[in-house]
Amino acid sequence: MQKFITNTLLLILAIYLIYWANSNLDNYTLSILNNIGIFAILALSYNLINGVAGQFSLEPNGFVAIGAYMAALFLIPSETKVDMFALVDPAPVVLQMHASFLPALLIAGVTASVIALLLSFPVFRVRGDYLAIVTLGFGFIIRIFAMNKPAYTNGAMGLNDIPGNANFLWIGIIAVITFVVMLHIIYSRFGRAMKAVRDDEDAAIAMGVNTFWIKTSAFMTSAFFEGVGGGLLASFLTTISPDQFTFLLTFQLLIIIVLGGLGSMSGTLLATILVMGGMEWLRFLDDDMNIFGYHTGAHPGMRMVVFAILLIIMMLFARKGLFGDKEIGDTVRKRLGRRKQNAGGDA
Amino acid sequence: MSQPILTIQDVTMRFGGVTAIDKLSFSVQKGEIYGLIGPNGAGKTTIFNNITGNYIPTEGKILFDGKEITGTKPNKVVDIGIARTFQNIRLFKSMSVLENVLIGYHNRMHYSYFEAIFRLPRYWSHEKRIKAQAMELLEEFGIADLADNEATALSYGNQRKVEIARAVATDPKLLLLDEPAAGMNPSETEDLSNIIHKIKKDFGLTILLIEHDMKFVNNMCDLVTVLDYGENIFVGKPADAIVDEKVITAYLGEFKHA
Repeated sequence: MQKFITNTLLLILAIYLIYWANSNLDNYTLSILNNIGIFAILALSYNLINGVAGQFSLEPNGFVAIGAYMAALFLIPSETKVDMFALVDPAPVVLQMHASFLPALLIAGVTASVIALLLSFPVFRVRGDYLAIVTLGFGFIIRIFAMNKPAYTNGAMGLNDIPGNANFLWIGIIAVITFVVMLHIIYSRFGRAMKAVRDDEDAAIAMGVNTFWIKTSAFMTSAFFEGVGGGLLASFLTTISPDQFTFLLTFQLLIIIVLGGLGSMSGTLLATILVMGGMEWLRFLDDDMNIFGYHTGAHPGMRMVVFAILLIIMMLFARKGLFGDKEIGDTVRKRLGRRKQNAGGDA
Repeated sequence: MSQPILTIQDVTMRFGGVTAIDKLSFSVQKGEIYGLIGPNGAGKTTIFNNITGNYIPTEGKILFDGKEITGTKPNKVVDIGIARTFQNIRLFKSMSVLENVLIGYHNRMHYSYFEAIFRLPRYWSHEKRIKAQAMELLEEFGIADLADNEATALSYGNQRKVEIARAVATDPKLLLLDEPAAGMNPSETEDLSNIIHKIKKDFGLTILLIEHDMKFVNNMCDLVTVLDYGENIFVGKPADAIVDEKVITAYLGEFKHA
């Protein structure tokens, strides 16, 4: 009960902070926060399949692309679509697609999720490194599809003028929802089964766990939120093109979840803030710096070098990521518990 | 005699040109502790894998409770009522003792994925009930006070207990134990045999076990089958097995007369 009250209070506080930030911060700060929020949604859901269920898949760029394109196509008005599709006329079905903001996001998520379901049948026949290769291929297929089906995606030119409904209030609240949903899954029989699959799949099978469906549930949930995140990304950037969804996006997410700790949602949240924020906060390194009268000169890209070194150092000292595979709450509770026990022992 | 709970009927298992099991037949009666012994490489673990569906036998049938289960998927075999442990302990290393046992209860909690996500009442009631049951089970094994410890941080003997508890949690009728006493000292072995007897009685189990420790087998088993090169060379009481000429030959080699 005590835990329930603490959690509810934390949730209310988080939503209040998001609300406050949305109405009081300047646009530059908000755009950083939006970026962090969207990447938090993507990384949290990616961590479910990759960290919690331990399936080394490299597919998120594919699902983010699907979500982004679906949401964009549903959000852009038909007249704009006719003007925008320069290479070929848009397919009739594209012109019929219409939805307001939230339904469009939901459709984006569900589409990604359904594709994940179809994909899981061939994909989960393989394990480990092979799974990585197969899922990597899927990301390529989606991008090539987006490039070569201009009637649906406007090809390499991408989609512009996507209504920018996504503000930090939406992004923040959806990120909080993602976080809560992930934790609810982890602390249920399904989350435990996912971890069991990660630790020892054969032993999990010997416990009667249908590991195929467990992996597929993780995959579909992950795809759903990646699709929703993709939709938010499209609406936030107001323009998307196939080049945004290369595997570099996947690797960026991979860096975040490995840094945060595979299987730790709170770690992922912190890592998203560090990685996405760090990219911005280290921007001063690119500029000319005056160090005790010595001018370094401008070095565009310097922040990336420093960022990489910082990442290496962090990984050297925290092999299993910032939080390992535990949540921050577990660690704090364990520490407190031990202190209580110790105090009891002394008395 | 009543219908046996497990019947192995002329099971042959070939891996390419190697015949691991050759027309093996035996049956286990309900409530028995049945031993499967034999030298290394005799095919004992292979027959376990045949029963649990990890390998599909090349020929022959496996009956459980009178129904054929040959080739049933491993996770379905658990639902039918057969649970196993592994030769080298395979606990879930990132989880606590309690969580390891809760995996055994996976199919006995009946709330859906959505009920978990939205934390509907069924989630709470099932989690609460099953956690209490899991604690009781750990109590039975005498390791309830270790519930929150990381499973792989336990002593070898306790890890073995967790593995057996995890298997019992799936509510089996037949429990397959693959070398439960391997690597244990005599007092741990004695502790283990007491526990096995206890759970057999409390949960109405039938137990099929593979073991090398003959003293343990002698203490535990009602009947044994001795395997050598995949063939059944002896069936009977464990005390008779150790004086049987064929069994001795299988273990020690042929005695050559000068």
